[in-house]
Amino acid sequence: MTTNALLSLPTRRSFLKSAGGVTVIALTIGFEWTGTTRRALAAGPATPLPGTTFTPNAFLRIGADDSVTVIAKHIEMGQGAYTGIATVVAEELDADWSRVRVESAPADVKRYANLAFGMQGTGGSSAMANSWNQLRDAGGKARLMLLSAAAKEWQVPVTELTVERGIVYHAGKKRQATFGALVKTASSLPVPETVTLKDPKDFKLIGHTAPRVDAAAKSNGTAQFTLDFTVPGMLVALLQRPPLFGATVKSFDPTAAAALPGVVKVVQVPAGIAVVAKSFWAAKLGRDALKIEWDDSKAEKRSSAAIMDEYRRLADQPAVSARNDGDAGQAIKSASKKVSASYEFPYLAHAPMEPLDAVVKLTGSSCEIWAGDQFQTLDQANAAHTAGLAPEQVSIHTLYAGGSFGRRANTRSDYIVEAVSIAKAFGADGTPIKLQWTREDDIHGGLYRPMFYHKLEAGLDDKGKLTGWRQVIVGQSIMAGTSFAGMIKGGIDPTSVEGAANLAYAIPNVKVELATTTTGVPILWWRVVGSSHTAFAVESFIDEAAHAAGADPYTFRRNMLEHEPRMKAVLDLAAEKAGWNTPLPAGYGRGIAVAEAFKTLVAQVAEVSVGKDGQIKVERVVCAVDCGTPINPDIITAQMEGGIGFGLGAALYSEITLKEGRVEQDNFNSYRVLRINEMPKVEVHIVPSTEPPTGVGEPGVAPVGPAVANAIFAATGKRMHVLPFSKGGAA
Amino acid sequence: MSTTFVLNGKPTTLDADPTMPLLWAIREVAGLTGTKFGCGMAQCGACTVQLDGKAIRSCVTPLSVVAGRQVTTIEGLESKPAKAVQTAWVTLQVPQCGYCQSGQIMSATALLESNSAPSDADIDSAMSGNICRCGTYNRIRAAIHAAAGSMKA
Repeated sequence: MTTNALLSLPTRRSFLKSAGGVTVIALTIGFEWTGTTRRALAAGPATPLPGTTFTPNAFLRIGADDSVTVIAKHIEMGQGAYTGIATVVAEELDADWSRVRVESAPADVKRYANLAFGMQGTGGSSAMANSWNQLRDAGGKARLMLLSAAAKEWQVPVTELTVERGIVYHAGKKRQATFGALVKTASSLPVPETVTLKDPKDFKLIGHTAPRVDAAAKSNGTAQFTLDFTVPGMLVALLQRPPLFGATVKSFDPTAAAALPGVVKVVQVPAGIAVVAKSFWAAKLGRDALKIEWDDSKAEKRSSAAIMDEYRRLADQPAVSARNDGDAGQAIKSASKKVSASYEFPYLAHAPMEPLDAVVKLTGSSCEIWAGDQFQTLDQANAAHTAGLAPEQVSIHTLYAGGSFGRRANTRSDYIVEAVSIAKAFGADGTPIKLQWTREDDIHGGLYRPMFYHKLEAGLDDKGKLTGWRQVIVGQSIMAGTSFAGMIKGGIDPTSVEGAANLAYAIPNVKVELATTTTGVPILWWRVVGSSHTAFAVESFIDEAAHAAGADPYTFRRNMLEHEPRMKAVLDLAAEKAGWNTPLPAGYGRGIAVAEAFKTLVAQVAEVSVGKDGQIKVERVVCAVDCGTPINPDIITAQMEGGIGFGLGAALYSEITLKEGRVEQDNFNSYRVLRINEMPKVEVHIVPSTEPPTGVGEPGVAPVGPAVANAIFAATGKRMHVLPFSKGGAA
Repeated sequence: MSTTFVLNGKPTTLDADPTMPLLWAIREVAGLTGTKFGCGMAQCGACTVQLDGKAIRSCVTPLSVVAGRQVTTIEGLESKPAKAVQTAWVTLQVPQCGYCQSGQIMSATALLESNSAPSDADIDSAMSGNICRCGTYNRIRAAIHAAAGSMKA
C-alpha cells in the first residue's frame, strides 16, 4: 500500500515475501506515478482468437459484433474502478460507451501489475493514478490500428480518417466501418511503437460523467459477488477461530457436529476447526455444535483500556523521530503561549457489507480461487505456499467485492489462506469449497485499524503565530512482520506517520515522533490508512492553536499554506461554498479541516446542530477536492459522499474494544456504523485540473472527523479528544 | 421436510429444514442470489424481502413462517413503484459496491407501495434498518424522492 510518506522514500526497490517466507518475489516498487516513462511489464494479448476478436493488448478486446471489452486489472469494490478504467480506454479508442463492457483480469503480475506497487493489487487509492498513461496508451494504439486497418482496406491515408463512437469514417470516399468490421484486418497489423494521445480539450468521456458500468446489475440483483458464486458440487465451510487473538486449538470433539444432517466433514486447519457441509445453514449448525478446548497460553489477554494506558505512558518516553525541523522543544519552551492536547483512537473493523468469503477448488496440481480479491499477487503466492504448489499453479478469478475499505488488501491473505487450508485438509480432491465468514467472524476477526494515541504540544508567539509543533504518535506498525516490512526505514513505518510527518503548515520548528508498539491484536490498513487518525489529530490541534491565537480557524490555516497552492485552493473553495463567514442559526457550529492523502487534497466544512438534550446532529458537509484531472466527476462526488459517511460513522460511533483479550463487539448492534438518518447533506465541489489524476477512494474520509469535531467545539465549546465521540457522550 | 409458498408469483415447494432462515432457503435451495447475507440478526437489512407485501428480514425468518404466503425478492419485483425505484437507482447512480442495494431497493419499494409521497422523515424511518457501508445514503434518499415523483407523472 503506497502512502504519502512512501512517496518521498529514496528507495525504489523492495521485496515482497510470501507469508510463509518460502516464495520470495523481488519486485520493483515505483512510489512515484511515473506512468509516462513506465510501460506495462508485458503487453501480450489476453485471449487471442484470430478473426473474431481484435486483442491489441492486455487491456482490450474488440469483437466482430462491435463489442468492446476492457480488461480491468483492478478490483471493483464500489470505488468505481471498472468504470474509470473503461472510461480512459474508451476515450482514447473513441469507442461507443454503450458497447463497452468490463471484465476482470486474471492474476498475472507480468501483464497486470499495479505500476505503483510492482505487484498486481489495488490499494492506496492508486487504481486510476497508476494506470492512467498505460490505459490511454492501450486505447490510443488500438484506435490507431483500427484506423490503419480501414486505411488499408479503403486504400486511403490514415490522416483522412476520423472515428466517432466506434465507427471509422472516410469523408472523401463516403465510407464507414464499425470497429467490429475492422477486427480481422486490424489483428494482422503490428502494434505501433508510439501513439499521439488526445489533447484533454478533446475528451468526450473523461470529465464528462460516463454512467457506471455496474449500476444496472447492482440495481436488479444480478451482480455476482463471491457470496453468489457457485459451482456444481460446491460445499460450504464455516471456520471456528479462537476466541482470543493468539490462542490455538488444544483439543476438539467433532462428534456432535459431524452427526448433523448436511455436515460432510470436520477438519482442523492452522486457523481453527472448520465444518464443511452441504449448505451454509448446515455448516452454521455444525459449527455451533463443535466442542473445542483452546490453549490461551500465548494469547493476548489485555484489555484495550490497559493497552491505551501503556500508550499514554509511552508518549512521554523517548521515541523515534519521523521529522525534525529546527528545534521544536526550544521553540515551545520559549513561546509566549503554549497549547497541548492528546487524542485517542480505538481499533476499528472494516465491516464491509459482504462478510469475507472465497471459493477454492484444490487438486494436487492446481488451485482455482474465486474471491473479491484485492492483492492478487500476494494471494496467489500465499495460496500456493499453503497448498504446496507453485504460484503459477494458482489461478484467481476476481469477482465484485461487497466493500473492502482495506480489509481484502491483506498481506497475510488470511481468508484466502484459510479457504485453501480447508480445501487441503478436506483432501485436495477437487471438491469446490466456499469459506463463508459470518458478521460475528468479521467483527471478532482482527486485522483492525490500529489503536493510536497522539500527544501534541505547540507554541505561539505574541502575534499568535505558531513557532513550534511537537507531535508524538504511539501505536502498532501495520507493515511490521508483513511483506511490506521493507518499507520501514529507520524505525518509522510510513503508514503510522503519514498525514503528520508531512505536516503542510509553514511552522519553523516541527518535531514528529513515533513510538511503535506491539500487541497480540492483528491489524491492517483501513480506508485512508494513517490519515484515518493523523488527520484528526493534526486538524483538531491546529484548531485548538487557532483558538488559542484568537484567530479564525480558516484564515489561521490559510495563512500557513502560502507555499501549498493546491491545498490552499481546496481550503478556499470549501470555505467559499460553505459560506464560512455567513451566520448560522442558534445552536449551530461550523468547523473546517483539510488533508492530503495519496496526493489528493480534500477540504471539508461541517455544520452541526446541538439539540435541547445536547444531542449532536451533523447537518451538512461541504467538500472541495483536487484529484488532478477529474476522470469521472460523478464517481468522484460519490466517493467523497461515501467517504464522508464512512468517516463520520467511525468518528461518531465505531470502536472495537477488548476486555481481557476478548472483543466486546459482535455485530452491527454493538459495532455501530452510520445509518441513513445520521447522514448529513453533502455538497461536493471538484477543482478543475489538468494535472495527472490521483485517487478518490480514500481521501474523502480524512477531514470529516476533525471538521465535525471542530464544528462541535464551535457549537458547544467542547473538544473531542477521545474517539468515537459517543464515548464522550457527544453523539 | 418441505415448505410450500408463493415465491415471486410462482407456487414453490422447497425441501429444506423448516428452521432454516428464509434467506438461505431462497439463496441456496431456490437458487435466487439477489438477496444478500450481511449480519444474520436483522441489523443491516441486506436480506430484505417482501412477505405479503411487507419488508421483512429474511435472515431471521424461519422458512416455516412463510408457508402458504407470498414472498417477493429482488428477482420478482414487478410493481410500478418497484420499477420506478430501480430506474431511479440507475439514473441517480446509487450503487457503489452494490452489495446492500437489493435490500435497500426492497425496503424502498415497500415504502413507496404504502406511501407514494414519503417525506424525509418517512424515508429515515423506513430505511434506517438498511446499512450501506459505502455511504450511498444521500443518493438512496434522492432516488426514493425521484421514484415517487416519477410515479405521479
